[in-house]
This record gives sequence, C-alpha cells and structure tokens, in this order.
Amino acid sequence: MAATAPNRRGRWRAALTALALAAAAGPALAVEPGERLADPALEARARDLSAELRCLVCQNQSIDDSNAALARDLRVLLRERLAAGDSDDQVRQFMTVRYGDFVLLRPPVRPETYLLWFGPAAAAALGAFGILRFFRRRRGGITPAAPLSAEEKKRLETLMEATPR
Amino acid sequence: MSTPGPSSFRPIFLLPLVVFAAVAVYFLFGLQLDSRKLPSALIGLPTPAFALPPLAGAPPAPGVSGTIPGLAAEDFKGQVSLVNVFASWCGPCLVEHPFFMRLAETTPIPIVAINYKDKPENAAAWLRRFGNPYRRIGADEDGRVGIDWGVYGVPETFVVDGQGTIRFKHVGPVTEAAMRDDILPCIENLRNGRDCS
Repeated sequence: MAATAPNRRGRWRAALTALALAAAAGPALAVEPGERLADPALEARARDLSAELRCLVCQNQSIDDSNAALARDLRVLLRERLAAGDSDDQVRQFMTVRYGDFVLLRPPVRPETYLLWFGPAAAAALGAFGILRFFRRRRGGITPAAPLSAEEKKRLETLMEATPR
Repeated sequence: MSTPGPSSFRPIFLLPLVVFAAVAVYFLFGLQLDSRKLPSALIGLPTPAFALPPLAGAPPAPGVSGTIPGLAAEDFKGQVSLVNVFASWCGPCLVEHPFFMRLAETTPIPIVAINYKDKPENAAAWLRRFGNPYRRIGADEDGRVGIDWGVYGVPETFVVDGQGTIRFKHVGPVTEAAMRDDILPCIENLRNGRDCS
C-alpha cells in the first residue's frame, strides 16, 4: 500500500502535465517546421507579417493560417525577404506591388478608404448626437408654444362655446 | 392630449430611410461582383523582369518549326501577345485549351505561356496529348515568376502590348464570351494603337 500512494500521485502529476501542455500548445498552425527561420526574432516578425497578409486563394484566411500552396510559397518568400534584410514595410510593399492592396488584411488609410475606416465612427457619432438631442429636448419639457394668434383665440372661443358643459 | 398633426412632420424624418436605401442599393451592386476576380495590380505596368527556361520536350506549335523557346520579358517587344499561365495539374486549363488551339491555328496572334509549378515531363505530355498553341513556353517550376506576375490561381491570361506593358488580365478559364467580348477586342484595339477597352 505504501508503494502505491506515490505512484498514484505520479500518475496524477503526469496527467496534469499533459493537460497543461495541451492547453499551452494552442491551435494547429499551417506553418510547417521546415519553413521556420532559425533566428527567433526574425521568425516572430515573419509570423506577425504573414498574419496580416491575405491568402489570395482562400480569401478570408491569412497566409499564416492557410494550407494553400500559394500561401506556403508566399510564407517562404516572405521569410527570404526578411532574411535578406527587408523591413516589414518593404515586405508589405513587395506583396502589394504584385497583388494590390487586397493582399493586406488591414487596408491602408488613404482617401479612398476613409469611408471604410471612419464611416462606422461617424455613423455612431451621428446617432449619438441624434439621441442626445432627443433626450435633451424631452428633459427640457415641452417648450412653451408661441402665444395664440388673435384668429386662433377666436376659434378657441367658438369651440368652447359650442361644447356642452 | 395632443395628436401630432401632419404639420409636425419634418423632412429630416426621411433621412434614415434615405440612408438605408442608399446603403441597400450600394450593397446590391456589391453582391453582383465576383469576389474571386481581383483587379490586377499590374495593369498598366511593364511585365516583371524575368527569364524562364524553355519547357523540355514541348511539341511544336502551329506555325513554329523546331524547338519551343523559353520566355523572357524582352520577348514581348514589338507585338501584342497573349500570355497564358497554365499547368498540367489544372483542370480548368483543359476547358480553355481549345480556344487557344483555335486561336493559334486561325490567327497570327502570338500566344505564349508560363507553365506554372509543373513537372516539365507532365507539361510536355499534356501538350503532346491536347496540342500546343504556345510559340514560347517558360517553365516556372518553383512558381516565383508566377508570384511576380501576381498569379493567384491558374489559369490566368494576360494581354501584353508591344512595349511590354500588361494591359488586360483574365482570371480563370477563358470562355467563349470572354474571348469574344474582352480579349480579342483588346488585342485588336492595341494593334491599332488604341487603348485596350
């Protein structure tokens, strides 16, 4: 009996370790081991960059996520550019020259995209302004109307007289 | 109690409706677009600088005797050409292939090709079996030149003018309609010194 207790504890520890490892591993990645750069800092930059480049074949995935052959080619090409000393912007430019702005999952801010970038905020601001105005007017109560004109007074009087009391 | 009469209506109340209608119309047009067809970033720009080796074992093309040479950027100078990006592993390439064969047999328009990410022996066998409409074929085995051309799905077809500028791009298999309405008029216009469309 004395021997089984530590044994059982060891089994528990192993199970917990396995669970912790599984949780830490995260989702499966499209990046294959052979593609990775030896330099971890460069590889981290490559991962960040490829996460914001669109896979042109499977359009709503980044090339970091996609298993498409073109995505793989672009990942390898991107790492080659970084290894050759390109800056992040130079790599982005390399891609947009070939595939247009569409390859960027985050569109650049420029006059054609102002509506895209600022439209939602502008719509929300407009809505907030409208709501604010509506409530301010209500809180202020009904604003006293303009005094009745002579004609309206006369009409009111005739109405009052016509009404049976 | 006061019931709001017609006098309390103000034109501003119509604003949400108008905005909604405008957005709806905009989206309706957006729905007609094919999201798989991307405008090429290279239209109006010179072809990328490249030089591809010939495809080993390529059979002769109509009007070309001897071996089929490779393809380089300099080859576009002097005449309007049709550039087809194809591969033997690409199913839709077989769909458009008869159009290129007919074009090669009946017109003097030079059709050249980039053989994208293919094994040369497979590509040569494919051309022997279905016919070779291409006067020049560049073997792009690793697909790097394809990336320089902004290729993201084969088949793709480009019209390049006599100065080596890319003027038109068709993504996906060329159809009878695309040939008649877009590609051939573009080539004809360019040959007469006009714009592509």
